Formats: sequence, structure tokens, C-alpha cells
Amino acid sequence: MDATLRASQYNEKIMERSDARGRPPNRRRSSPWADAVFSLLAHAAAILTLALLAGIIVSLIIGAAPAIQKFGLGFLWHAEWDPVQDSYGGLVMIYGTLMTSLIALVIAVPVSFGIALFLTELSPLWLKRPLGIAIELLAAVPSIVYGMWGLLVFGPILATYVQAPLQSLLRGVPLLGTLVSGPPVGIGILSAGIILAIMVIPFIASVMRDVFDVTPPMLKESAFALGSTTWEVVYQVVLPYTKTGVIGGIMLGLGRALGETMAVTFVIGNTNQLNSLSLFEAANSISSALANEFAEAGAGLHQASLIYLGLVLFFITFVVLALSKVLLSQLKKNEGGRT
Amino acid sequence: MSALAFDASKLEHHRRRKRVNAVALVLSLAAMTFGVFWLMWILFETFRLGLGGIALATFTEMTPPPQAETGGLANAIFGSLAMVSLATLLGTPIGIMAGIYLAEYGQKGWLGSVTRFINDILLSAPSIVIGLFIYSVVVTRMKSYSGFAGVLALALIVIPVVIRTTENMLSLIPNALREAAYALGTPKWRVVMTITLKSAWAGVMTGILLALARIAGETAPLLFTALSNQFWTSNLGQPMASLPVTIFKFAMSPYENWQKLAWAGVFIITMGVLALNILARVLFRNKH
Repeated sequence: MDATLRASQYNEKIMERSDARGRPPNRRRSSPWADAVFSLLAHAAAILTLALLAGIIVSLIIGAAPAIQKFGLGFLWHAEWDPVQDSYGGLVMIYGTLMTSLIALVIAVPVSFGIALFLTELSPLWLKRPLGIAIELLAAVPSIVYGMWGLLVFGPILATYVQAPLQSLLRGVPLLGTLVSGPPVGIGILSAGIILAIMVIPFIASVMRDVFDVTPPMLKESAFALGSTTWEVVYQVVLPYTKTGVIGGIMLGLGRALGETMAVTFVIGNTNQLNSLSLFEAANSISSALANEFAEAGAGLHQASLIYLGLVLFFITFVVLALSKVLLSQLKKNEGGRT
Repeated sequence: MSALAFDASKLEHHRRRKRVNAVALVLSLAAMTFGVFWLMWILFETFRLGLGGIALATFTEMTPPPQAETGGLANAIFGSLAMVSLATLLGTPIGIMAGIYLAEYGQKGWLGSVTRFINDILLSAPSIVIGLFIYSVVVTRMKSYSGFAGVLALALIVIPVVIRTTENMLSLIPNALREAAYALGTPKWRVVMTITLKSAWAGVMTGILLALARIAGETAPLLFTALSNQFWTSNLGQPMASLPVTIFKFAMSPYENWQKLAWAGVFIITMGVLALNILARVLFRNKH
């Protein structure tokens, strides 16, 4: 009743309107310029994005030029960082960045795989969404919160309950003993690696979940019908099918870990040393060196060297992220071809 | 009976497969618990330590000198709000236009694919490098750290986020809708503005909110652009305090009153960012 009434009113309105107009609807025709201007704006915005990348690279190279001229590529494997003598080498920071990211991946990859497996295969339907959101919220927490929590809450706990026991357990064992030597204060490469792992788990896990979800159900069901267990389906059907996507997701996480600044700066200890290979020793990473020293560095070689470090960081993350992007798009292409 | 054909080794093999499966599934459950556990722990500590520092003075008084009796975060909160909102206002239109380009103009051509590729890299590029970029382009030119430089740095982080979501949301709009509008003789810009962008608006808003949430917590790009300021300033030409940079400075200090304020700041930021994220999700779910 109500609906028919509304429909008839609507019809009347339309009738009225077309009666009132009674001529071709050219009143709303827009100027011929509007389309061209709009298209120009859209193109300009896209080109601006490209210019942004070019601008970043060029400005970093210009900023780093004095250091590049002075130290050349040798910068990459010299460990000396001495603002007093004005002599700089980036090995300590580069090692710190790579090592913390490696630890992060060693922890984060299996955990993310487990989470993705749980979310795609095991979780009851009603739990899927809340759990997925919880993991995504973990990614949304600002890195400074991780940093402060890591320094003031997690660090001391790690020192007392993990580092100290590990040290007494492994004392005297040749290789492992060196890895855990040093003061167990909860600050250093290991703590930074663990915090980074917690930060990148959500990124890797959500990519893995998404690529697991694109596996055609037909493939999985066929394997189940042959009597495979859930694990066998995931390990021997889903994983090979989504291999490139999974690696792309890991690369994405790696890119994040390499460039992460605040969380690392809080817990790595900011000490320029490479005397021992211990994971408990305070160290430095590219991003935390920048965060701590840049604002205080005088213009000149010190600043140029820091920008050089930034350039190295940008180059590494660029390669890693580009690789991740290529691998992920590979999966999309295959998906189109096979189904 | 065929069951007799199963010899002991086959049964054993079957049992082993079952065992492997059970172990793998238990481990997967453990991984899930592990992930949720950190979120809970971090939120718990933020509440426990942050709530104690929240008082009226936190919002009304300026950042104190070390070991002062009173003090708050008013200038830092204001600086953050100002820079974050200006950066969003600046970055959003550019991001939306570029997103429109990717979804409506450049689906195929080289400019489209290159932009898409570069944008995905900018999306995850280290934010501290963005800070370096703005430092060398703006701060060295203007010869001073400024809130304006901070706004630019944050805007550069907003753009890729908004581009990504805008493109994704626009490409969800069925082509039939566009074709119907074209068939009526609508010019392209009108089709985009009043048909596709309007239909995708909830999704685009989600992207803007997520970008807001992302820059609200960004510290690294502000460290050497906006720097920090102990006093209240609404002058964008001067160094400007922000919540994350203040937290960084206060948390690393040995002074108890600073650390307490840092926790209060962490509490404010975490709650704000999580609220924005949840709002974005609710908004998106209601419309789709």
C-alpha cells in the first residue's frame, strides 16, 4: 500500500519534471573544457606520484654527494663512524639493519604461516572476522608504541626470563656461546628483531591469508577427496599453488622491517660497535642512526654520510619491495591462466 | 575383508599422517594465539601505564621541563592535530585524483602500470627517507625546521594510501554503471564525479581514515622536518611540537614526570588510531 503510493508519487514527480522542461535536456551540458581539465588533473596527479619517487632519489643523491665522492662504495664495508675525525663508514648500521630484519623474518614467517593457515582452514566462520581484524589492528598500532613498550616493558622481561637463562645454558658452547655473550639487559639486536617480528607478522599474515584464499576450491576439494589431511592439503596443494604470492608477502614484510625506524630506535641501543657478533649487544641500524644523529649533525660530511646511509636504505627497500610486487603480480597472472 | 589387506606398516603410515596433521594444526592454533597475545599485551600495558598519566592538565598545560611538578601535552596534541589534518587536506585530493587516473584513465597504458608499481613501493617505503627528502628540499631552503615541512612530509605519506584505496574502490564499481551514464551522453568527468566516485565514496572515506590513522602515529618523518617545540605555536613557519616526537623525547629520558607523560601520550595516540581504524571498518561494512 505504502509502496504503491510512493511509486505513484514518484511517477507524478517525473511527469511534472519532464512536462515542466518540455525541451531537450541541454541545460545540464557542461563546458567542453571541463572534461579536458579533469583529465589533465588526473594525469597530473599520477605524474606527480612518479615525480615524487624521482625527487626522492635525486635529492638523496645530491645530499649524499660529498660522502659518495669521499668514500665511494667502500662506505659500505667500513665500520668506522667517527664524527670527530670526520671519517665515516656504514657497515655497523647496514649490518644492524640486515640482522634485525633477518631475525624478524625467522620469527615472523612461520608464525604468519600458522595464522594464515588458521584463518583460512581451521577457524570457525564466526571467529574469522574478529580474528582477522585483531591481526590488522596489530598492524595499525603506531610503531612508537611498540618502541616504548619494547624498551620499558618487554626489554626487562626478555632480559630476565630469556637472555639470562640462555646465557647460562650456552656458556662455553663454541658458536652459540658467542651469539649470546654480552650484557643481558634486554636492549640490542635480538630485542629489536623480536619487536620487528611482532610488527611485520600482520603484514605477512594478511598477504598469506589473501593468497591462500585465491586457491581454487576445486583443487583443495580434490585433494581432500583423495583422503589428504588438512595439513597435506595446505602443504602440498595450497602452498605450491600460491608459492610466488607467499614469497611476495614475505618480501613485503621484509621491506617494512628494513625501513622501520621508531620501534628499532628505542630498543637497539644506538651504539656504533661491531666488536662482537653477540645478539645481546647494543648496536645500531640505518634508520635509528638517522633518527638519533641527523637533527644534530652539522652540515658537511657527517650529514652527507647520514644521507648516504638513507640512500642505501632506500635502495635496499626499493629492490625488496619491487621484487615483492613482481612476485605478487605473477600469482595474479597465473590465477587468470589456470582457472 | 579388504581391511585385512592393510598391513601394519600402512596403518602406521596412516597414523603418522594423522599425527603430523594434528601437530601442524595445534601449531597453527598456537601461532594465532601468539599473534593475538601481543595485541592484548600491548593494549593492556598501554591502558595500565597510560591511564595513570591522563588528567585534565594533560590536555590544558604545555610540555614541562624535566622534573617539574605539573605539565601536560597540550602543545603537542595541538601540533599533531594541526599537522595531521592539514596533511590530510593536502594529500587527499592529490591521492584521489591519481586514484581516479589509475582506475578510469590509465588501466592499460604504460603510465598507468608504472604509476601503480611506483605507488605500491611508495606505500611501504621507509618513512624516515620521506623525512630526509623534505629536509633537503624544504628545510635546507627555508633554513629552518617548520611545521609546514612536517605537513608536507606527512602529506607525502597520505598520498599513496589514498591512491591505493581509491583505485581499488573505483574498480569495484561495475562497468555497466559507467556505460549507462555514457549512453545518456554524460561527459566523462561527470560520470566519474557523480556516478563512480559517489558510489565508491564509503570505500574512499575508509582509505582517508586509514591514512589519517597512519600519519597520526608517524614519528620518523617529523624528526627533522617539524622537529619539536616546548611551547605552544600555531605558526607553521616555526618548529612545531607533535605527540609522537614528544613521546620519543620523553620516553628516552630518565625523568619520571616525562616518562609518565610519554605513557599518557602513547595512550592517547593508540586509542585515537584504533578508534579511527574501527570507524573505518564500520563505515566500510555498512555500505558494502
